[in-house]
Amino acid sequence: MRFAVIVFPGSNCDHDCYHAIKHVVGAGVHFVWHKERSLAGADVAVVPGGFSYGDYLRAGAIARFSPVMEAVRRHSAQGRPVLGICNGFQILTEAGLLPGALRRNASLRFICDDVWLRCESSRTPFTQGIEPGQVLKMPIAHGEGNFFCEPEALAELEANGQIVFRYCDPGGQTTRAANLNGSTAHIAGVCNREGNVLGLMPHPERASERDMGSEDGLRLFQSALAVAAS
Amino acid sequence: MAKAVVYVTYKRGVLDPQGEAVRGALSSLGFQGVAGVRVGKYIEIELANGRPEEQRAAVEKMCRELLANPVLEDFRIEIAPGPSAPK
Repeated sequence: MRFAVIVFPGSNCDHDCYHAIKHVVGAGVHFVWHKERSLAGADVAVVPGGFSYGDYLRAGAIARFSPVMEAVRRHSAQGRPVLGICNGFQILTEAGLLPGALRRNASLRFICDDVWLRCESSRTPFTQGIEPGQVLKMPIAHGEGNFFCEPEALAELEANGQIVFRYCDPGGQTTRAANLNGSTAHIAGVCNREGNVLGLMPHPERASERDMGSEDGLRLFQSALAVAAS
Repeated sequence: MAKAVVYVTYKRGVLDPQGEAVRGALSSLGFQGVAGVRVGKYIEIELANGRPEEQRAAVEKMCRELLANPVLEDFRIEIAPGPSAPK
């Protein structure tokens, strides 16, 4: 069981993901440079956070044309797990592998803070070990994390069970105050129709050791590991 | 050389946080009667001379595939023909 962490020029959470997967979860992991055309035998693809291509034009808009994205697309089409975190989520929406788009935070501020997420669906490989309704604590760090989709698209996401995480308070209530970036329907993470591709703005890899204030993020990686092993 | 100008803005109905912030700043400066502000991107593209309809079609394709995100943005294209453009 191996994870591949994709590295774009401007990725800056690639080493955090590598560390969490290798040293905390204890799974196999390797980096894949964005010029590569294959994921070198990985079972799970992780598109990490950062500022790929300096966020030029729009966050994720240029990265999606990198050669490695064809390999990610094939991996996804085979029904294998893909996880996009923060900028990785933005890249996957730009690539059309996930629905919606991420616009500027409603406050126009870059927000770096801990948030609470309510798991809404266990259907993805990354949330199979997490009961719906469970609340996880993870940090966010983004300027463009305000999830948007049209009302019709939102109804479709709801109907298909594609909303995976919502911002909530520590008690699991989706209060307005908990939705720090102003996302449509408090959405923090969505999956594709098939459920094998997950994107979220919060950083599970930065919530993977007790010293970091939360270990809740580990559960996403552990869940994918357990799914692959079963 | 012909020049294409592309304007990319959030679709009508999509909240534009930057536009809202500018609108608020204008009203606090005392400018009356500003009903709405939308902030967008302005992109200039220099084109080799060619047939105007082909140039427009090419720029439209650029907008759909890269310059705008159709989920939340609209685009508008203006093409100024170069001095030696075919009449």
